Amino acid sequence: MKKNIALSSSPLSIETCIRLAESEQAGAIDVFIGTVRDQTEGRKVTHLEFEAYEPMAIAEMDKIAEAMAARWPIISVVIHHRTGFLKIGDVAVVIAVATPHRKAAFEACQYAIDTLKQTVPIWKKEVFEGGAVWIAAHP
Amino acid sequence: MQVRVVAFGIAKDILGANTLLVSISPESTVSDLKNFLCENYPAFNKLRSFSIALNTTYADDNAAIQATDEVVIIPPVSGG
Repeated sequence: MKKNIALSSSPLSIETCIRLAESEQAGAIDVFIGTVRDQTEGRKVTHLEFEAYEPMAIAEMDKIAEAMAARWPIISVVIHHRTGFLKIGDVAVVIAVATPHRKAAFEACQYAIDTLKQTVPIWKKEVFEGGAVWIAAHP
Repeated sequence: MQVRVVAFGIAKDILGANTLLVSISPESTVSDLKNFLCENYPAFNKLRSFSIALNTTYADDNAAIQATDEVVIIPPVSGG
C-alpha cells in the first residue's frame, strides 16, 4: 500500500491528492472532500479554525490507513487535512483511496472519514457573528 | 512528581492556558489525572468526554503516568 498523509496550514490541492492516489493497478479511485459550510443550526458561520495535536494527528491518520489495508485491498490512500483559519467553501480534508474495484474504494473511503472524525486529534472552532463554539465538545 | 499537561481545543479554554504544571503522586494513573482536572476545573465534567494521550497515543484510565511522558488532554475531536 502507498500512503500519503499530511497536515497543512495552506490550501489543499484536490488534484494533487488524486494524482498521489493514482496507480496502474487501480480500477477505482474514490475521493472524499470535506468543505466548510456557511451555517450550522441556523447560525451564520463567518469562518472556522482547525487546531491539531500534530504528531498524534499524523499517527492516528496513519493507523486509519493501516486499518484500511487490513480490511480492503488498498493500493493507495491519501489523507490531507487542513489546520488554521478556513473560509466558507474552503477544503478542510481530502481523502483519496485507490483499489482494484469500486466497492472497496467506496467502503474504505467512508470508513476513513468516519474514523477520522472519531479518533484524529483535530478540533474545529466555528466562529459566528457574535460568538464561537468548539464543535462536538458538549453533549 | 511534576507533570506538564498540554491542552488543545476547548481544554485550552477551560484551563485558560496551553499548558498546566501539576504535582501528582509518583504512582498516579490517567484516571487520577482526570479526577484532578475535574476537581480543579469543573467545566471538564460538562464535556461529552475527554481522553488523555501519553506520548501521542490514547491512554487507558489505568495507565501509569511517568514524569517524562508527554501528557496531552484530548477533548472531543471534530476534524473532517
